[in-house]
Amino acid sequence: MEEINSLLQGFSVAMTPYNIGLMMVGVILGVLIGVLPGLGGANGVAILLPLTFSMNPTSAIIMLSCIYWGALFGGAITSILFNIPGEPWSVATTFDGYPMAQNGRAGEALTAAFTSSFIGALVAVLMITFTAPLVAKFALKFGPPEYFAVYLLTFCSFVGMSKSAPFKTVAAMMLGFALAAVGLDTVTGQLRLTFGQTELLKGFDFLIAVIGLFGIGEILLTIEEGLAFKGAEAKIKMRVVIDTWKQLPKYWKTSIRSSAIGCWMGITPGGATPASFMGYGVAKSMSPNGKNFGKGEMEGVVAPETAAHAAGTSALLPMLTLGIPGSPTAAVLLGGLLIWGLQPGPLLFQEQKDFVWGLIASMYLGNIAGLIVVLTTVPLFAAILRIPFSIVAPVILVICAIGAYTVHGSMFDVWLMIVFGVIGYIFKKLDYPLAPLVLALVLGDRAEDGFRQSMLMSQGELSIFFSNGLVGTITVFALLMLFWAPMKAGFNKLRGR
Amino acid sequence: MSYNRKMGSRVLKLCTAVAMAVGAMAATAPAMAWEPTKSVEFVVPAGTGGGADQMARFVQGVVTKYNLMKQPLVVVNKGGGAGAEGFLDVKGAKGDPHKIIITLSNLFTTPLATGVPFNWKDLTPVQMMALDQFILWVNAETPYKTAKEYTDAVKAAGAGKMKMGGTGSKQEDQIITVAVEKQSGAKFTYIPYKGGGEVAVQLVGKHVDSTVNNPIEAVEQWRAGKLRALCVFDDVAMPYKTKVTATQSWADVPTCKSQGLNVDYQMLRGIFMAPGVSKDQVEYFVGVLKKVRETPEWKEFMEKGAFNQTALGGDEYVKWVAKEEQRHQSLMAEAGFLAKK
Repeated sequence: MEEINSLLQGFSVAMTPYNIGLMMVGVILGVLIGVLPGLGGANGVAILLPLTFSMNPTSAIIMLSCIYWGALFGGAITSILFNIPGEPWSVATTFDGYPMAQNGRAGEALTAAFTSSFIGALVAVLMITFTAPLVAKFALKFGPPEYFAVYLLTFCSFVGMSKSAPFKTVAAMMLGFALAAVGLDTVTGQLRLTFGQTELLKGFDFLIAVIGLFGIGEILLTIEEGLAFKGAEAKIKMRVVIDTWKQLPKYWKTSIRSSAIGCWMGITPGGATPASFMGYGVAKSMSPNGKNFGKGEMEGVVAPETAAHAAGTSALLPMLTLGIPGSPTAAVLLGGLLIWGLQPGPLLFQEQKDFVWGLIASMYLGNIAGLIVVLTTVPLFAAILRIPFSIVAPVILVICAIGAYTVHGSMFDVWLMIVFGVIGYIFKKLDYPLAPLVLALVLGDRAEDGFRQSMLMSQGELSIFFSNGLVGTITVFALLMLFWAPMKAGFNKLRGR
Repeated sequence: MSYNRKMGSRVLKLCTAVAMAVGAMAATAPAMAWEPTKSVEFVVPAGTGGGADQMARFVQGVVTKYNLMKQPLVVVNKGGGAGAEGFLDVKGAKGDPHKIIITLSNLFTTPLATGVPFNWKDLTPVQMMALDQFILWVNAETPYKTAKEYTDAVKAAGAGKMKMGGTGSKQEDQIITVAVEKQSGAKFTYIPYKGGGEVAVQLVGKHVDSTVNNPIEAVEQWRAGKLRALCVFDDVAMPYKTKVTATQSWADVPTCKSQGLNVDYQMLRGIFMAPGVSKDQVEYFVGVLKKVRETPEWKEFMEKGAFNQTALGGDEYVKWVAKEEQRHQSLMAEAGFLAKK
């Protein structure tokens, strides 16, 4: 097969000792970037991009994409240990990862997260290797109505499967939509809800909200509970990796489902964040352990991590073939490609074979390198939880503040973070879920754009969301998801009679 | 946290090594009257991946490669509020010579459309880098070969039936769309998207019927035979004669004027500094940018993006900007895009 030949060729390009060294450096830097909230993958890649200008394009992209893999891995670490998602797609990992760490199972949670990340990425790379041209064509079918349908599906599956009262979920989500509406409105070109404040022009940044809601909120809560730190029993043996691996095969169904969701969301391109939420939501409704989700169920870590990595990896495909970055990090990588004189587009796969297949080969190798690096550090990271809370908490606070500051280099954001921290605390006290708020904040304005662009196209006809097989299927599926819980209950009742 | 500390020191060592290497090479450059004493922030009043961002990152790459500055040049995106975030940031940094900003048409359109308190006169003009062209594109699978055929088809389809995709709302793409409507009598439904690359792909996927993408945003789809260039919105055809597609070069794209569509619009890609900086400081950046424009990489970049290589400086630049402001004022007033006072 032609693909296999090309891939082997790619491996020979990627497998030089120099390139493998770059991979290791890239992964380690990436993990660090992922661990520090605020310093996201996009910023990290942007800062390091100039360093690579003297390298040849293939080596440079290998190093940069390894930073990207590293950041994908690293985002999970703080989610599990401190309930602070380092990256948007790690929010869903906190749902079960953090309770696991609190029960003294941090090592297991980290191992499960890293291993599932690896599996998700592997599935996505295999798909890219063998179906790239087909997949690129599929992505072209997505116009505004299709995008909106995908976002609708994400939102609906969240409401339908949430463990909190559905109305509390909806309330939190609506608050998220309101926050997402602040700033410039793409469709009319007007400013909204800024009240003349120049700080509000850019809207609310997701990262600042997350650092505040999760990080600061969690610390406030722990202070109230008397500075007790529940993770102190964390095991710090390498054996925990092997023990966890023995348990993972029984979640194979979840892995397959999440990989499929992730690949699909990566290409469409919904991206890694909706993929992780959908992966979690679907696993919760389909798994026999669904009831225990949110209390520290390993399957609840496997599902979002597999989906996020599958999506993060397959999102590089539309970038290479269409020149549309699937994430901010991909956008910076795109800038790098242009400087090396590579123009992403339909012809890249034919004209720059060495580069493209070198990159694909490095996806395989980079993920293996990443897995090895992060697994060996599991005991180290788990051991952080043994440090007394009175020492860790101020450190986390400082890191959070620096993180919030670096996003835009503005002091206003640090105050904003603290306000979000208080909101996060109140939400937790009143038992409102935070995740729907975050989800709506991340995807709200894109969903709104998709909806209003569709309305412009159809001149106000809602039927555009059923106007072809693709969008119709997604919309129907979304509505099914929304009413999944009551339908299931009704169905069970009928059967019970 | 021993792991973190170890890595941190390795990163630090790497940075020091790079800084020393850069410093050693830059030491041989001739002395200038004023030089930056710390890293210079290069503000992009737009998101990542767009035309302005590409140019800024390209300049950063060239400066780094040829060691044109002793201090690093750092690109920062401040695209909030259609670029208002970036402009207000530079406006507020009065007298700070360590901040430069690249502009696009939102230098004029953002204050006019949103009423944000800002005007180009609040900044110090440095240098025009180039002008970006606009081309009328359709999907290659459609039968339209000339601008006239296309606008006739739009008219025949009925008002608002054909869709024009573009970047943002009440910005350059929509201004051109309105100008085309005025000239031809055709009526589009304008669909605003967030970025130019996305617009080009939406046209390939036939979700819109035409676009007015910049050359660099659509060139790859054009080369792949997915799009057709109908005409360029300039008075003279583009000068680049190297074949881009199998049969056409940029020079082969006719002007819209020659096709009876009298619309002329280019977009500024120019550099400004904060208000209140000294003449020496402006001269320094004029010098650096001149060296950037002399590199072979820059020439290649200009050709790839089919830029109009007008690069005015000094008073000419100021006059040009003032004239453009007037033009945008009247174009946007005609289109009804001005913010309500």
